[in-house]
Amino acid sequence: MSRPQTTHARRESPVPVMNLARMEEADAFAQTVKEFRQGKYPEDMFRRYRLQHGAYGTRMTSDYAMIRIKMPAGQVHPSQLERIADLSEQFSINSAHISTRESIQLHWVVLEDVSEVLRGLAEVGLTSREACGNAIRNVMCSPTAGVCPAEVFDATPYAQATARFFIRNPLNQNLPRKFKFTYSCCEQHGMARIADIGLIPQTRTVDGRTQRGFRVFVGGGLGNKSYVAHQLEDFTPEENILYTSIAVVRLFDRLGNRKNLARNRLRYLVNQMGWDKFRNLVLKERDVVRATQSVVVKMPVEPPIPEITRRVHISHRTGETPAGYARWLKSNTFAQKQDGYHTVFVGLEAGDITSTQLRALSEIIQEYSSEGTGRIGFNQNIAMRYIHEDDLIPLYSRLLEAGLAKSGALTMATPIGCSGTTSCNLALTNSHRLAKEIQREFLSRDLDNDDALRTSSIKISGCPNSCGQHGIATIGFYGGGGRMGHDMYPSYMLSLGGRADAEAVLGQNILRVPAKRVIPVILRIIEIFRERAQPRDDLKSWIHRVVMNGDDTTIPEIRNMLSPLTTPPTMDEDPDFYADFGSDSSYHTKTGRGECAA
Amino acid sequence: MRRIVSDVDEVRSGIRDRSLKVVDVRMPAEYKAGHIPTAMNLPLRTLLKDDSPETVARLAGSLGIDRATEVVIYDDTFGALASRVAWTLEHMGHHTVSLLENTYSQWSSLGLETDNAIPDASAAAYNPVMNDDILATHGDLESPNPDTILLDNRERLNYLEHHIPGAMNIPYRMLASRDGILRDPQEMRRIFENRGIRSDSHIITYCGSVGTLSGLAYYALRTAGMDRTRLYVRSFKEWRDLDKPVEKQPDANYWDLSAE
Repeated sequence: MSRPQTTHARRESPVPVMNLARMEEADAFAQTVKEFRQGKYPEDMFRRYRLQHGAYGTRMTSDYAMIRIKMPAGQVHPSQLERIADLSEQFSINSAHISTRESIQLHWVVLEDVSEVLRGLAEVGLTSREACGNAIRNVMCSPTAGVCPAEVFDATPYAQATARFFIRNPLNQNLPRKFKFTYSCCEQHGMARIADIGLIPQTRTVDGRTQRGFRVFVGGGLGNKSYVAHQLEDFTPEENILYTSIAVVRLFDRLGNRKNLARNRLRYLVNQMGWDKFRNLVLKERDVVRATQSVVVKMPVEPPIPEITRRVHISHRTGETPAGYARWLKSNTFAQKQDGYHTVFVGLEAGDITSTQLRALSEIIQEYSSEGTGRIGFNQNIAMRYIHEDDLIPLYSRLLEAGLAKSGALTMATPIGCSGTTSCNLALTNSHRLAKEIQREFLSRDLDNDDALRTSSIKISGCPNSCGQHGIATIGFYGGGGRMGHDMYPSYMLSLGGRADAEAVLGQNILRVPAKRVIPVILRIIEIFRERAQPRDDLKSWIHRVVMNGDDTTIPEIRNMLSPLTTPPTMDEDPDFYADFGSDSSYHTKTGRGECAA
Repeated sequence: MRRIVSDVDEVRSGIRDRSLKVVDVRMPAEYKAGHIPTAMNLPLRTLLKDDSPETVARLAGSLGIDRATEVVIYDDTFGALASRVAWTLEHMGHHTVSLLENTYSQWSSLGLETDNAIPDASAAAYNPVMNDDILATHGDLESPNPDTILLDNRERLNYLEHHIPGAMNIPYRMLASRDGILRDPQEMRRIFENRGIRSDSHIITYCGSVGTLSGLAYYALRTAGMDRTRLYVRSFKEWRDLDKPVEKQPDANYWDLSAE
């Protein structure tokens, strides 16, 4: 393969950097760590402070932190990717991890170095403030907002305005628990129904004038117990979005359960009170909020950026189209609503990316994306948008060189895997490695190319707490320990039929599957689908019909067909069965204290 | 106090008035393809074949270096190879050795002069006077002074996997600045002080095998004013070969978070 000859005019991104950083917080953090080490703060108080600044503890040790860098609306600038690359080499493990909530995480950072990372982040406009703890977490927005062919208007500025309004806001410094906003571009591409507040743009015509607004969903979320959100009202005009948001946050602050950590998310409050009652409270509270603001409080929505024009560059290819291009094009890209432009998703394994790859990505974005920024996606991935169709082949070649051209990014061949036992205190299994193993198997079998599987998803959590979002997966798993006599082995609960789109529903638990049998079980499900489904079915719609209506087959029948695969061998027959992925010793469960609810 | 790092201007003027010798520690082929004017080649690899004082003294002498010569050393490996050579000379009682502030690539990307002429050298007599104050041996680690701070300068994942008991991890990447082999001393001091390392601390640095990464850390600490620093030059390789105890961060599959 010969490298395409391309001449580029690099330029600043037309999209401004949204700077929510405060350098003085880095200095204060360094000082606070010192005083904590000198015994001047009790452990609990320090933990709250640390979490408020975006630093989690690490598996079995509080001497290391995970720093979660917020990317409001998922937007990330090339200079920021470069800085994260530097910081990952200096203070972390030479790789960064992209989360399902559009944050980038640095793991295994020495607690005493956290302030240095915060400093480095602040220099490029990034912050981890309120990325953890009982606060409003990163405000998400579809990576396709602004380019999605099905959307009504671009939700990005609203998501950013929400982030800007709430960060460091006194309203948001001591909530009963965490609180999540998610903006979606449209019904199909979003997660609006599994957030505390989810919003989807819509418009209506009033007196011949088009009015912007949103469908607002309240009280959804995934966790130990998951709920799909309720729609607040038919149409919430844009000027009511901020009042509505404040009203819900205030109600949660006032009424949320501060005693039972395991039941204090908004969704439990809504469920306990009943939706109709809660909805009435929200509408009343909104009137109070509107009537009692002492100054005019407006959502700080930035004016739209000027029209994006193609980067000036001459791109002439030499040699052949690189192998794998067609497969990649089909499974990693889509055509934007803007003529001639594509959005490209970068294929990663469970969201992990090396420092070298981050730098390559930064360069590629500067060279090929006409908007000059990246957008973190919902699935531990990064999208590059406004790629001109004439640039797709040279872009693919560049991604190949950087090891970033794995196909299947928009298919079930790229599973979600939470960080699991690689770093998390609560994890029971190595869900992270399992996601990578499944991906390798799928790609080696060309399954990313299979149209019937394309729209389905695989999502894996290392414990019941749903960071891997198993509840909304076509095929979901959450980790636990299994036992055969005295011997323990890693295992997962299989769930089927979850989805987060307009027909959002949580998956149904089917049966427990030993970790080392997960891949055979997935392949068997695909076989059963091929044997039983109607010609028009794809896997996602077929599983939906089976789970909802018992069409073609039933859950007990599926359970019976899968259960022979899940029988444990004895330790002597197969010692590997008793070890988790990435581990050569026998499995035992071990967890520390969770900090999600600290 | 003597100079630990020489900046570009100091080196260029030293070359002009012939007041210093520049030493290039890269491989001979790299050296021959182009180097800083007047630089002599003393490849780290040659030195590591036998780093006994007699052999190193002979090598240095053949390049016209004696123990009073003002020497500036550079490499193209973020300063780690240069540091190991500098430390070896310092260990032989050579007090006028410093590191170039940047690497050969950075030097040439600044548009500074390079050359491929190989200078003549009239041999000198190099008489080592060993300075063991800057050397640490495995014996020092087995029964350490309780106040001694042990620093492991390998990458984080290698450290988590196994390290000398009690060691603290400062990966070598923490030490560099954007355009030089070491951070600004004030910044460096702040980072070390965050870790509880003070100017009067007794410190031993080590790395994977031959004392390069930890050599760089040795000089980083010195620039930050931590003068009681020693290098465990045989490092973790010897420690493991001797079957000494190691410590591991248990119960976590951190390697699986790497995208390497």
